[in-house]
Amino acid sequence: MSDTTATLENLRFPEQELPEHVAGTRAFGWWGMVWLIATEATLFAALIASYFYLRFQYGTVWPPGDIAIPTLQLPIVMSVILLSSSIPVHFAESAIKKGKVGGLKLGLAIGFILGVAFLAITFGIEWPEKLGEFTPRTNVYGSLFYTILGFHAAHVIVGLAMNLWAQVRAWKGAFDRDRHLTIQNFTMYWHFVDVVWVFVFSTIYLSPHL
Amino acid sequence: MLWISTGVFVVVVAMLVRAVLRGRRTNDDLDKRTIGWGEPFIAIAGVLVPVLILGGVYLFSLGQMNALSTVGAEAKMKIDVIGHDWWWEVRYPNGAITANEIHIPVGEVVRLNLTTADVIHSFWVPELQVKQDQIPGHDNSLWISADEPGRYRGQCAEFCGLQHANMVVTVVAEDRDAYDTWVAAEARPASTVASDGADIFMSSSCAGCHAIRGTEATGQLGPDLTHVASRTTIAGVLDNTPTNLARFVADPQTVKPGVTMPPTELSPEEVDAVVQYLESLR
Amino acid sequence: MATIAQRLDAIWGEKPGLLSFIGTVDHKRIGMRYFYTGMLFFVFGGIEALIMRTQLAEARLHLVDPETYNQLFSMHGITMMFLFAMPVLSGFGNYFVPLMIGARDMAFPRLNAFGYWVFLAGGLFMYSAFLVGHAPDDGWFNYLPLGDSTFSPGLNIDYYALGLIFLGISTTGGAINFIVTIFKGRAPGMTLNRIPIFVWGELAMAFQIVFALPMLTLACVMLVLQRKFGFHFFDAAAGGDPLLWQHLFWIFGHPEVYIVVLPAFGIASAIIPTHSRRPMIGYTFIVLAELGTALIGFGVWVHHMFATGLPQMTMAFISAASFMVAIPSGVQVFAWLATMVAGKIRLNTPMLYIIGFITTFVIGGVTGVMFSSIPFDQQTHDSMFVVAHLHYVLFGGAVFPMLAAIHHWGPKMTGRMLSERLGKISFWLVFVGFNLNMFPLHILGILGQPRRTYTYERGLGWDIHNLISTVGAFMLGVGVLVVIWNWYRSKSRGAEAGPDPWGGETLEWATSSPPPHYNFVTVPTVRSKEPVWDQPDLRDGQAPEDGGYALDSGHTTLSTSLLDAQPQAVVHMPHETPWPFYLTVCLSVLFFGLLVDAYAVAAAAAIASAASIMGWFWPRGETQET
Repeated sequence: MSDTTATLENLRFPEQELPEHVAGTRAFGWWGMVWLIATEATLFAALIASYFYLRFQYGTVWPPGDIAIPTLQLPIVMSVILLSSSIPVHFAESAIKKGKVGGLKLGLAIGFILGVAFLAITFGIEWPEKLGEFTPRTNVYGSLFYTILGFHAAHVIVGLAMNLWAQVRAWKGAFDRDRHLTIQNFTMYWHFVDVVWVFVFSTIYLSPHL
Repeated sequence: MLWISTGVFVVVVAMLVRAVLRGRRTNDDLDKRTIGWGEPFIAIAGVLVPVLILGGVYLFSLGQMNALSTVGAEAKMKIDVIGHDWWWEVRYPNGAITANEIHIPVGEVVRLNLTTADVIHSFWVPELQVKQDQIPGHDNSLWISADEPGRYRGQCAEFCGLQHANMVVTVVAEDRDAYDTWVAAEARPASTVASDGADIFMSSSCAGCHAIRGTEATGQLGPDLTHVASRTTIAGVLDNTPTNLARFVADPQTVKPGVTMPPTELSPEEVDAVVQYLESLR
Repeated sequence: MATIAQRLDAIWGEKPGLLSFIGTVDHKRIGMRYFYTGMLFFVFGGIEALIMRTQLAEARLHLVDPETYNQLFSMHGITMMFLFAMPVLSGFGNYFVPLMIGARDMAFPRLNAFGYWVFLAGGLFMYSAFLVGHAPDDGWFNYLPLGDSTFSPGLNIDYYALGLIFLGISTTGGAINFIVTIFKGRAPGMTLNRIPIFVWGELAMAFQIVFALPMLTLACVMLVLQRKFGFHFFDAAAGGDPLLWQHLFWIFGHPEVYIVVLPAFGIASAIIPTHSRRPMIGYTFIVLAELGTALIGFGVWVHHMFATGLPQMTMAFISAASFMVAIPSGVQVFAWLATMVAGKIRLNTPMLYIIGFITTFVIGGVTGVMFSSIPFDQQTHDSMFVVAHLHYVLFGGAVFPMLAAIHHWGPKMTGRMLSERLGKISFWLVFVGFNLNMFPLHILGILGQPRRTYTYERGLGWDIHNLISTVGAFMLGVGVLVVIWNWYRSKSRGAEAGPDPWGGETLEWATSSPPPHYNFVTVPTVRSKEPVWDQPDLRDGQAPEDGGYALDSGHTTLSTSLLDAQPQAVVHMPHETPWPFYLTVCLSVLFFGLLVDAYAVAAAAAIASAASIMGWFWPRGETQET
């Protein structure tokens, strides 16, 4: 190490030649998002761990009481919609890295529509149906079910707000080949929300079948 | 363990004294020379020695933990101890029920089944055993055994609200015969003697919370009073004398602020009659 | 150099006035605010402790009723952990991390300002509970079901749960800020193996916060849902489990101890080499020990639950981890001792406090090792012995270093020296008072006095130990007052400190006291672990031809690479802005709305909060284009 650092110190980086607008690992903001996601991921891990802790403390019958094991058809449709939204968002980011603002706007818009569709199914069909069967007050299963899904849905809403913000800024011409940290951070967050969904889906919908 | 701890402390203080003395003697110049013994010293004193000591203590403590749990397996007698805000209900297999006082035969291993009726409590009689929590939804247990006859004081060790400080239990260890006599007597219903005090007890709110087996009083909220006069304490912390009992019945909120028992609506004469009745419950 | 300084003054100066008061983003002003506010809460927590100790001076005293006593010990714990120790250590971190790494400011100055305002608002939120007589009364650990609405129907526990969620926002933001600042904001040439140990300590603390605090936040969210909306997470009757609370709380709660202690260890590692007049021996050992503690600290939470009836295998495993966590602390103690013995220490006030720290912490450490042994723990758990142990660790391990830091770094922060005479008087009062206060509690614990009891019976042989402890507590209180007086006095009557009164080795001593808004005339290129000792050119600002970066064409700082600290970009920093303050006001309304079930108000405040976030990020000038 000492050899490399010795040479590095002697390298000159005239400040006039250093870039002023950077993205990725050279930007403070990128690292900020990484650590925000780290702490949020811990929160979800704790939620999911609580679910399994309470399940195994409870005993063999799960869900408890008269609650049926959740059906998978609708949640699979929801998963497909939400997970597929990562694709246009990914293309939006690649587009702006090449300086293509049009691709950025289109990708963001498609991602936004898919996110809204996910929430519409969640709150329009899935939850009303489940609330007819059990509520958070029914027992601990109900509490976990709505809390975990609710936490995730809240993150989708935040992601959509970021998406909208990025879209508005894109129309104002804020982004180009060099300046797109906001887009990068939004994309990272959105992928995170999707990855978390895989765990949430497995916990809430798949695990009771096991 | 105390000796090891003291040893560590002495080494640390000795080095501090050495540093202070050395600092007094010399000037204020910077000394940037590397010293050979520095890092090896840290590796030995800070890593190697602690690993050996801690490893040894760990194995020793595992052995002790194991010993503690194997003794418990021998227990033939089981007593239910239920924590309440802020007293202990004690139930024996033969139907005896009492409060804040556990009688055990000397020299025998007794298993206590520890549960709670409300919040988390923790059963702790320091001279007899380690402590164990009483948690809603969990069945915990602990064995105790007294080698010497006598009274052992214990106290709730998990914060449980206003009267946590006065949630006291006494373990009475006595020889087998005395224990048998006691537990048989406690299991019997109260001898029914008609008295003014009994009438007032049954017709007032007393009977709504306290049970006296063999009478109409079947309340479950407060301690069973079937043989209340045979106990040595009232509410765990007062000596069981008629004066103290009258004080407690008349004004429980002053003796144990926050206790579930409400201030009495009885007149002083009625309180005296009730106390007289309770004193007859041996 | 002078012209560079003039240009930087114009760029970085904050105009006095209301906007600058609520809008400042200067890490030094924010650090001072953390420090002063935290010290104020220290006084509050100390008063609570003195009332409790007075009540316990003799058996059956009735100075306060049990409800008040329960509120006092609960708020004492909450205050000392969340409103004193963490903020003051964050304050030192805020002030000194950018200085020590040669940066112009923290990575996210507005987040920094926001963190302070939320801390202040959260502290006021918690303390407003006293005004309505409903301060939290179930301890800082708040076990369920005692904290559930059945047994605690008042606002007390709502204050607790919402207050901790609120404060958690501040702490999390601060932690992320520290990590990114230390990862990316270091002066060129400050490779990983040249980062000052104090900075490592703050980094280890920040890592722990990122991974531990969500547990507490989640537990408190679940608690609010259960208390206010009838959810069942901790309710055994509906399939929940009160032990889930304990697990979540202690997965946070044990790392919390290290969150407080690791930066304090960092302070010790900053002071010892300076006043021992030699470089720290075992730098690598110490850094690895700090990071190792941060890691192992996550594996020991169950040792707070050895009396709950868990399986023996679990307990044996956690017991082993608890023994292990002692080793990194031992490594650091012996590294400090080696440095002190090999050097020539100056026996001044900072160093006295450090010696006090090492002796008291070692006592707390060895009693801590005793707890790792399960049978011993089950005996003394929740007794006064634990009270003694935790104060030896936290007061010994964290407050003594903080007091040392006040005397060591105070001159840098105010530009004035503190009085040595008052400093030494305060040390002896604090040191003797603390030991008189806490040592007898070991004995009381072994005699069987449980903690959290508002009174005790006569005739148990506990009286004399309790009385000694109370006398010690007041002596300690007087000692703290002397420290405060010394600080206050120094600001008008202290001698001029000059840039480097101690002959320190790290970069904060290479600039004036107090430093200018922009910290350094030029951001230096660092070529050593003790740059100020090894690079004399740093003292008056490193010239650009020697590697200094003037950065005088904009409001900027350097972004450097994570491992080698190689310059990567010039980053535009935000100017002062009131939006973090507005956002805090909106969030305060939100939390008060939730507290009193005014959900319409809470919803309106949530919308206003979202608007404030937009105001915060609204593009203005160069800073927003990142």
